[in-house]
Amino acid sequence: MLLRVNKATTAKFSLRKRPTSEKMVDVGFKNIVVAMASMVAVVLFSIFAVVYYESTESISRYGLRFLFSSAWNPVTDEYGAFTAIYGTLFTSIASLLIAIPLGVGTAIFITENIIPESIRNVIGIMVELLAAIPSVVLGLWAVFIMEPFIRPFLNIIYELFGFIPFFSTQPLGAGMMPAILILVVMILPIITSISKDSLKQVPSKLRQAAYGIGASRWTTIFKVIIPAAISGITGGVLLALGRAMGETMAVTMIIGNSNNFNWSIFAPSYTISSMLANQFGEADGSQVSSLMYAALILMILTLLVNVFAQWIVKKLSLKYQ
Amino acid sequence: MNKKNIESTPSVSLDNVSITYGNSVAVKNVFCDIEKNQVTSFIGPSGCGKSTVIRAINRMNDLIEGCKLSGSVIFEGIDIYAEDIDPVEVRRRIGMVFQQPNPFPKSIYENIAFGARVNGYKGNMDQLVEESLTKAAVWDECKDKLNESGYSLSGGQQQRLCIARTIAIEPDVILMDEPCSALDPLSTLKIEETIHELKKNFTIIIVTHNMQQANRVSDYTAFFNTEKKDKDLGGKIGFLVEFDKTKNMFNSPKQKSTQDYISGKFG
Amino acid sequence: MNYTSKKSLTYNPSLSRNIGNNSLTIISALFAIISVLPLILVISYVLIKGGSYINLDTLILEPEPPGDDLLSAGGIGPAIIGTFIMTVIASIISIPVGVGGGIYLAEYSKSGKFAKFIRFGSNVLAGIPSIIAGVFIYAIIVSTKILFGSMFSGIAGGISLSILMLPTIIKTTDEALKLVPNDMRRAAFGVGASKFTMITNITLPAAFSSISTGVLLALARAAGETAPLVFTALFSRYYITSFDDIFYEMGSLSVLIYNFALEPYEAQNQLAWAASFILVVVLLSLNILSRWISTIAVFSKK
Repeated sequence: MLLRVNKATTAKFSLRKRPTSEKMVDVGFKNIVVAMASMVAVVLFSIFAVVYYESTESISRYGLRFLFSSAWNPVTDEYGAFTAIYGTLFTSIASLLIAIPLGVGTAIFITENIIPESIRNVIGIMVELLAAIPSVVLGLWAVFIMEPFIRPFLNIIYELFGFIPFFSTQPLGAGMMPAILILVVMILPIITSISKDSLKQVPSKLRQAAYGIGASRWTTIFKVIIPAAISGITGGVLLALGRAMGETMAVTMIIGNSNNFNWSIFAPSYTISSMLANQFGEADGSQVSSLMYAALILMILTLLVNVFAQWIVKKLSLKYQ
Repeated sequence: MNKKNIESTPSVSLDNVSITYGNSVAVKNVFCDIEKNQVTSFIGPSGCGKSTVIRAINRMNDLIEGCKLSGSVIFEGIDIYAEDIDPVEVRRRIGMVFQQPNPFPKSIYENIAFGARVNGYKGNMDQLVEESLTKAAVWDECKDKLNESGYSLSGGQQQRLCIARTIAIEPDVILMDEPCSALDPLSTLKIEETIHELKKNFTIIIVTHNMQQANRVSDYTAFFNTEKKDKDLGGKIGFLVEFDKTKNMFNSPKQKSTQDYISGKFG
Repeated sequence: MNYTSKKSLTYNPSLSRNIGNNSLTIISALFAIISVLPLILVISYVLIKGGSYINLDTLILEPEPPGDDLLSAGGIGPAIIGTFIMTVIASIISIPVGVGGGIYLAEYSKSGKFAKFIRFGSNVLAGIPSIIAGVFIYAIIVSTKILFGSMFSGIAGGISLSILMLPTIIKTTDEALKLVPNDMRRAAFGVGASKFTMITNITLPAAFSSISTGVLLALARAAGETAPLVFTALFSRYYITSFDDIFYEMGSLSVLIYNFALEPYEAQNQLAWAASFILVVVLLSLNILSRWISTIAVFSKK
């Protein structure tokens, strides 16, 4: 039937000659999706432009002095974000240092055949579900459960090592240390799941090669598997760093929100994001501009970390191909 | 040379070995004595379990979840599947070359040195690297680029680098799992020459699907075949049909199926 | 013989290699236990403590002004509705834009400079702290009163959540469409389909389950977000009664938890736990649902 092409059969297909309406739909659709894709760029640029524009007053008034002063006084109109910047960097890097061994160690444990696969999968899923718990719920848990629980232990550290500036104040509740611990909980799933994916992608022939010449399990892991997966692991770690720097709610609820600079990790402190969450609603005048300046700094910090993450993943993954 | 010496103990002997993956039997009831300083080849149609058996000899199957072995694999008088055996020690004495060339993503030099260091090598590393690459007949191609990545070599050269890496740890036995299947004929020929040389110092077991290759390189040949497990399941179980000197095997096989396979009727 | 260690095949537990290996294995197991512990602790506290405060009154009443009256603290009803409304607003904006953007990247762009830039941009946008989205919406909508003169509003909250959902949806759509085999596209073109027909009838349906997984995950993340709402939607103790109410302050579960957790009164703290219970149950269900959809998708492809 189909093979017999004659005038009667071609007439059956009324769309053989493409009507202009179909062409218009095609072109129109393409234009719509291009516009939608461009929205990403529009939003991204507007965020930077708006935050920069709103902070110009503060930038011109304080310049770089803003970064090194910890004055924050709406009455005298003097603002500086040193405490918040220090707090952001210190809490995120400290939490990263704790979370890297935990996360990478867990990822190794659930990619090696130490225990049956079904149990490993359950561990993997549980760690990923941890990422689904909202920050504010973790904050609630940190305030009412975790902080009272760890306070006695922090007190012991204070009594034994109180002469070291980092432990020099008595832990009385909210402070930098509980904020660091809750950040560990929040970034652990990122490091674990990205490390796990990278470790799983290491070709099994490399593992066989190492075992085949008599390398032990952990020699194989440290000398062959981790070097081959290092680009992904580093990328995950940097993403986690960016996340920790921008994390707001849990930190705001537990860090104590104090702009007084203190070396002690048991004292209340501030991060840029907790300062924004805490003050933005009630701020006006030049305080808004200073908060916007702080927001700009936070954006630049996270942007640098994220761009560096994308760059390093590319750079390191080239090495093994 | 090929006259079987009754007094000599075999290097590796498989004693009623059966291997299962999960619930399915891959190969069953293999008995086989492998002589020292001889080349033994395992041939047979695909799915006959020859690769599974060779991987059992240095406990590489430990890496595969759900893989179990019954019977015993005796290496120099010791059952390597006994409770108190360290599989890492086993693999240091029984090295392996794999089907796909698998150099480490390191320099050529480091590919050799890594295995040597893992095994606690005390001597001169430069010398070891040169010797191993020479024995594996790849020194001339490598000597000017020892610091380049192992992946800069061609497939055949990579495989000889992997052989060199195995030689460098001075094992007693070298297992080769279809080492030429990913290579071109010229590289295959070079590797076969290498195997001839290596026989002086090592016991070699090679899995191959190429009967001409088995005929060319090996002193002994083991022919594996499959049987239908169950009409309903449709799976296959491998078993050892015949094991003899290669010469006898190719000239006067005792079993009909060996005859058929060698003459190319199936496989 | 250059190798001193070649003696016995027997496992020697006192060998430094074996001690090292075993202790590393134990350490990694310990790390895995520590990593799982917070989830177990948080979930059990939220389910047990939060669950114990759940009853019909809690679910439907409006919260009363903070005070230490355990009997008449009210409930979290308006917050449940508020979270739902703002998540819907965010979805209405971000799903079409995100899926459209993903279609552009996967089906039209090949690997041009613009597409590279958009991919890079959506990665950057995904990395921007959620509170910045709030700051941005505050600056362009709340403080300018651009939306019919309203300041803090549910709609402003929904828009700021949509900024957070957008990059996730673009990325999953892009990746899901790229996984559709090119054979399908050639087949569609081969019978004379236009590109629009090919995308809407062949590749989008084929990628549907992966895209919905990504959308669900983005939705779950947005529903739990607090930071962008704190000074865009603010908070309200009242139910909305008409459509116009979305232009006024709106309560949400997450902001309720934040506000009430910091109140010094037991009654409000209890409501915060109850709200956490609802939020965690809904979000974990969404996550498990999305996992289930993606396993179904894997099976149907086999």
